[in-house]
Amino acid sequence: MKSLAELEAIRNKTINAMNIRKDGENGIRIVVGMATCGIAAGARDTLNAISEELAKRNVSHATVSQTGCIGMCRLEPIGEVLEPGKEKVTYVKVDREKAVRIVNEHIINNKPVVEYTIGAVEK
Amino acid sequence: MKELSLHVLDIAQNSITADATLVEIEIVEDTKKDILTITVKDNGKGMSEDFLKKVRDPFTTTRTTRPVGMGISLFESAAKSTGGQLLISSALGVGTTVTAEFVHSHIDRQPIGNMADTFLTIINTKPEIDYVYTHKFNGAEFTVDTREIKNVLMEVDITTPDVLVWLKENIEQSLNDIMGGKQ
Ligand SMILES: Nc1ncnc2c1ncn2[C@@H]1O[C@H](COP(=O)(O)OP(=O)(O)O)[C@@H](O)[C@H]1O
Ligand code: FES
Ligand SMILES: [Mg+2]
Repeated sequence: MKSLAELEAIRNKTINAMNIRKDGENGIRIVVGMATCGIAAGARDTLNAISEELAKRNVSHATVSQTGCIGMCRLEPIGEVLEPGKEKVTYVKVDREKAVRIVNEHIINNKPVVEYTIGAVEK
Repeated sequence: MKELSLHVLDIAQNSITADATLVEIEIVEDTKKDILTITVKDNGKGMSEDFLKKVRDPFTTTRTTRPVGMGISLFESAAKSTGGQLLISSALGVGTTVTAEFVHSHIDRQPIGNMADTFLTIINTKPEIDYVYTHKFNGAEFTVDTREIKNVLMEVDITTPDVLVWLKENIEQSLNDIMGGKQ
């Protein structure tokens, strides 16, 4: 076990930062389907790739979370981007690489990656 | 599933869906006895005796989004394909314990895979409840318990990225220690 003192240092650092940051309220939500088919198709890595990329790029206007079954087994892993005032964008078969592109192009640069969306794949 | 850790993630999601407040995961590796057991124990709502009898059947599910469940049956076939078995005990209002036994050295035994990622993902699924992960390898062991971590963190969220990074490194390093560098 690494030292709990280290954890305490992280706690203190976070408390200081908490007073400055206040976001996520009206931000973008990304959700990843994590039912059995999602997990089997690699959703755990997708989820991790998204949160790592958000952290790496210091994105504070978007959060990623899990949801249950989205109901389209063969298109898993599925990620949905929910933005207040906009239509939901559904990405399918999202692997690590696609996840990184979605964060950079859609979340950061505001340009959805059309070729990965369910509409483009189902055509 | 490609790794046993993905089954663990899926089985633990069942516990979360069953309103557990404590989910305990234990992995025991004994290479001399050639056994690997994975246990997921929860204090969720449990299953009735009748339901328990049919829960291994992929057509048994209480989910409403599709007619088949399959997490438990997939886990059972993974165990059976090594000559092992799946045991489930459950009581309504008390909780459920799922134990999968594998023959450690069997060629069809899937690798354990990334338990650190699985544990972090489970915490993120529902950070309000608590999780314990114990891993034993030939007598050496380590445990991580979110209750201990939350005691140190107090008002700071366990899902804070820096905390998760600490936790991930902690698990990876501890696993490496108990296996004497064999992982
Ligand atoms: N830990 C648990 N506590 C209570 N009920 C459970 C638990 N695990 C599984 N079940 C019940 O067994 C059913 C089948 O589980 P599973 O094979 O994982 O498929 P699914 O989760 O897709 O329904 C679930 O729908 C649920 O009703
Ligand atoms: S059952 Fe939910 S996506 Fe397959
Ligand atoms: Mg399940």
